[in-house]
Amino acid sequence: MTGGLLALVGRIWLVAILIFLYAPILVMALMSFNASPFYQLPFEFTWRWYQDLSGNAQIATAAIRSVLIAWVTTLIATALGTAASIALFRYDFRGKRVLQILLFPPIAIPWLITGTAMLTFFFAIGIGRGTPAVIIGHVALALPYVIVTVTARLASFDITLEEAARAMGANTWTVLTRVTLPWISPGIVAGALFAFAVSFDQFVVSYFLSEPGDTTLPVLIYTAIRKGFTPEINAVSTIIITISMAIMFIAARYSKIGGNN
Amino acid sequence: MAGTLNMTDRRRLAMLLTPAYLWLLIAVFLPLAAMLFFSFLTKMPQDGPDWAITLDNYSAFLTNPTYGTLLIKSLQLGMIVSVICVIIGYPCALVLAKSIKGRAREALFLMVILPFWSNSLVRIFSWAIVLRGNGVLELTLNAVLPFDLNLNLMFTTHAVVIGLVHSYLPYVILTSYLALQAIDDDLIDAARSMGASKLTILRRLLLPLSLPGLLAGVVLVFVPVVGSFMEPRILGGRMGTYYGTLIEDQFVAVYNWPLGAALSFILLAVVLVILAVASPVLKGART
Repeated sequence: MTGGLLALVGRIWLVAILIFLYAPILVMALMSFNASPFYQLPFEFTWRWYQDLSGNAQIATAAIRSVLIAWVTTLIATALGTAASIALFRYDFRGKRVLQILLFPPIAIPWLITGTAMLTFFFAIGIGRGTPAVIIGHVALALPYVIVTVTARLASFDITLEEAARAMGANTWTVLTRVTLPWISPGIVAGALFAFAVSFDQFVVSYFLSEPGDTTLPVLIYTAIRKGFTPEINAVSTIIITISMAIMFIAARYSKIGGNN
Repeated sequence: MAGTLNMTDRRRLAMLLTPAYLWLLIAVFLPLAAMLFFSFLTKMPQDGPDWAITLDNYSAFLTNPTYGTLLIKSLQLGMIVSVICVIIGYPCALVLAKSIKGRAREALFLMVILPFWSNSLVRIFSWAIVLRGNGVLELTLNAVLPFDLNLNLMFTTHAVVIGLVHSYLPYVILTSYLALQAIDDDLIDAARSMGASKLTILRRLLLPLSLPGLLAGVVLVFVPVVGSFMEPRILGGRMGTYYGTLIEDQFVAVYNWPLGAALSFILLAVVLVILAVASPVLKGART
């Protein structure tokens, strides 16, 4: 039964990797409920660090700013990305390949390079640092994800449905709102969730583009970590990772990542 | 087909595409072009009118051996992390794609890639909590082992590598899994019925057919690791000086933006060469 043994080893390997991936996150979350400010054991349960958070105005402001930026980014990136996806899907034209390839640099170039490039350029044209600059950057990073997700959904769209609707007298607007958009709406929802997550979790670009003292949550955490670890950082980190995992879980269900095709 | 669109279609096409691509132009492509320009300046134009064109920022890279050493150190880090990700991740993808079936596979796959989509900064911080001296890992090991152990992993290169592997491992699993899943099971059955051993099937069939996916994963790990700065800063401490932290310093601590721009552009050139070399393989991976 070497086959059975091999399958067993494979499953153990998989479980070990899952432990490697989740254990540190669980440890971090557990420590946010531990009473000792120096992470000392034995474990003693407390809500204290979460209560401290609610009284911390700096963290609250940064959290609100992060969510606000993520919302605006999601709205803009989803609208622009969906429009571009429909155009790329429906029309054949010269330069289409180039436009598709142009989606890769924002994803493939390290954020360190994109972020510093944005910083220098935004200063040169007078936008400078701050929330508008962060939003401009986040939308650019989220756009390719929206376009890829919506295009993937469009690939399963039967274009003859549009032709049939038109043959029955529907105008372009009706075809778009009653036939095409309803069909691709799961792709749009998944794309929007990706966009929200890209913005909400984004650290590097926000770090270079946000005004010191006027930052997003991840940038605030980075600054705090460099001063020293506190269970308060654990608490806010636990909240962030719970939110972003929940969003991605829903997005994955919508876009059917991990499905059998 | 190309050029056959009528006027209305062309107008619609422009209306749909312009906003998205104009945004990318302003937020990504113009900044990259601008940074190339700034990398040839003596000082940033906003800092005064007496700026001039110079090659100094690039010659600094050649004359100051620290910069080149750090770039090589970062490239080595990228290679180490990529190799570990392949060794750990490929077998995992193999098990997921060929040994586990149905809903369990779907759920497990989702569990593997879910952390990847969560906040990378928070995940690096979680390793700091685990690895720190007198931290959870050390306490656990000392409770289990009969002798006392002083790991002291925090603020070492090992800590940086562990954190980065944790960050990017799901990439390799994702791309390898997609490539392996596309291989027809009938092919494997045929090979088996002709007497091929499991090792032969892996070596002669699965590995060659999934190689494009595996290499795509390697590129997706290597490129961001070479440009990483947050991970070495948090987990590496004083050992955590890399090419990425050098660039970060120019922008947030030293405020020598033209030098930072030049260093960024050298990194971009290295990245583009890697992507260009890998692009035939990457194209194969998407089909």
